[in-house]
Amino acid sequence: MARTAFLTDATVCIGCKACEVACKEWNEVPDDGMVWSGFSYDNTKSLGASTWRHVLFLEQPSVAGPQIADTKDPFRWIFLSDVCKHCANAGCLEACPTGSIVRTEVGSVFVQPDVCNGCGYCVVSCPFGVIDKRPDDGRAFKCTFCYDRQKAGLIPACAKACPTQSIQFGDLDELRLRGRNRVQELQERGYKDARIYNPEETSVGGIHASFVILGEPEAYNLPPAPEVPTVYLKSAWTSALVSAAILVAIVCAAFAF
Amino acid sequence: MKSPSKPKATEERLDEIREAALKAGPAQGPQTGESYYGLPVLKAPVWTWEVPLYFFLGGISGVSACIGFIAQLFRSDPAFVRVCFWIALIGASICPILLIADLGRPKRFLNMLRVFKLRSAMSMGAWILVAFSNCAFLAVLCFELILRGLANPFLISLLWLLEGSAAITGLLLASYTGVLIGATAVPVWSQNRELLPAHFLTSGLGGSAAILELAGFLIPATQVLGFVASGIETLIEIFLEVRKRPVDVPLHHGRSGKALRIAGLLEGPAALLVRAFLGASHTGRYAAAVCFLLGSLLSRYAWIWAGRASADDPHALFNLQRKA
Repeated sequence: MARTAFLTDATVCIGCKACEVACKEWNEVPDDGMVWSGFSYDNTKSLGASTWRHVLFLEQPSVAGPQIADTKDPFRWIFLSDVCKHCANAGCLEACPTGSIVRTEVGSVFVQPDVCNGCGYCVVSCPFGVIDKRPDDGRAFKCTFCYDRQKAGLIPACAKACPTQSIQFGDLDELRLRGRNRVQELQERGYKDARIYNPEETSVGGIHASFVILGEPEAYNLPPAPEVPTVYLKSAWTSALVSAAILVAIVCAAFAF
Repeated sequence: MKSPSKPKATEERLDEIREAALKAGPAQGPQTGESYYGLPVLKAPVWTWEVPLYFFLGGISGVSACIGFIAQLFRSDPAFVRVCFWIALIGASICPILLIADLGRPKRFLNMLRVFKLRSAMSMGAWILVAFSNCAFLAVLCFELILRGLANPFLISLLWLLEGSAAITGLLLASYTGVLIGATAVPVWSQNRELLPAHFLTSGLGGSAAILELAGFLIPATQVLGFVASGIETLIEIFLEVRKRPVDVPLHHGRSGKALRIAGLLEGPAALLVRAFLGASHTGRYAAAVCFLLGSLLSRYAWIWAGRASADDPHALFNLQRKA
């Protein structure tokens, strides 16, 4: 099967949260509380074990840019539907000690709920803070990329429910090209800070759910240079082995004299 | 209380209000910094109290096996070697219980052994713990059989093999926990990934020597090991205090910073000074041992708390990644 992808475009998102609702209903994701955050219209705050699509509401002052290009709007309101990035080198997948987290034939990262034992190591290994442990259930959950729907030839629930084609689903390479074209088009129209968010140059090696955004990724809580934590293994293990050798020498010395 | 009477709003007053509002401009959203409302980017560790305690006990029991094996190599008192391996075994029996209790689905703990994954420190840790507890159990079994007069060449060479394996896996058990948290997305852990295994091993060494002292082995070797461990911990404490990086804020401030400083003082200078000035007496050595153990235990909790604080701070993460 071909590798599939999401391309989520902040510039056409209207903040309707249809994706959040569709995801919850299709995947039967439990309620995650009704709390007023005070952060614009965002009362979900972040992705988590029970939030697999999350619409961000950015309220930016005029310095960030106008709402309509080449106008003097004093205020910019941006929406973006965040989702699991389905990394090419996925921290959660590498960290999983049970083999519960696997790479599917469509290139997505999938948690097998019948295998996960809730050790929690994936939670600290995701450089995007996506996957989390559901306290009442004990296991870790995240976006499945609607693996069940894809297997049946359907597109993911969020993409299907999106009324503005802000969430596009399709072939990985095709969407990459479409994203680049979209950014070029936006820049020509005056949105000079339009860009693709897809950290291909870091150890993550690119993501299967990329984004078209305006401005810096930090404003969307997207890490500017995420690293897959396995890059830290070599130096950490080297330190462990060298320290262990020194410890053996010290203990030998303590008993030799 | 009656408020002082104000003139009723006039048309001029309403104009004034409008001018003031225009001057103030639109309401500024809370998004003034570079992050999304200051919300965390990363997810904080979900591990409960069992995990730091496991780090502590794993360190002690792992290094105990190593001390026991080396003591036997240098023909020390067999009673000492025996206690070393009993400590290893007791620790190795408690550790799996703690780890299983922390799992979201404890009944599925055997799923840890479905795969052998070099790239996952958690998978390696599970295998190390299994190997260590089996070696420690069989080593103690052999030891007890030999003590009860079953000494034959086969059993003796088997004992050496088992003790050696327990010593090697024990060292891995005491150090891999540093790798485990070092190889994560949490900035304060990953940026201290080289320090953590050394720190945890030293902590295990001092803790193991302390337990052996408390068990009555006030021999020169445990004194030396106690000195070395608290000496290295003092150096680590000085290093952490001198080196000021933005990513290390949780190591200096807040609950985790306070706990880590107290732990560092107990493991390092306090244990060192007590041992140096009162180490000639039994009470002094017991006091130094208790001091080190408390510091060692507290430091594992402090590192986990520091990880939570670090994961909750989006700006530390952005600074680190923008610098790189």
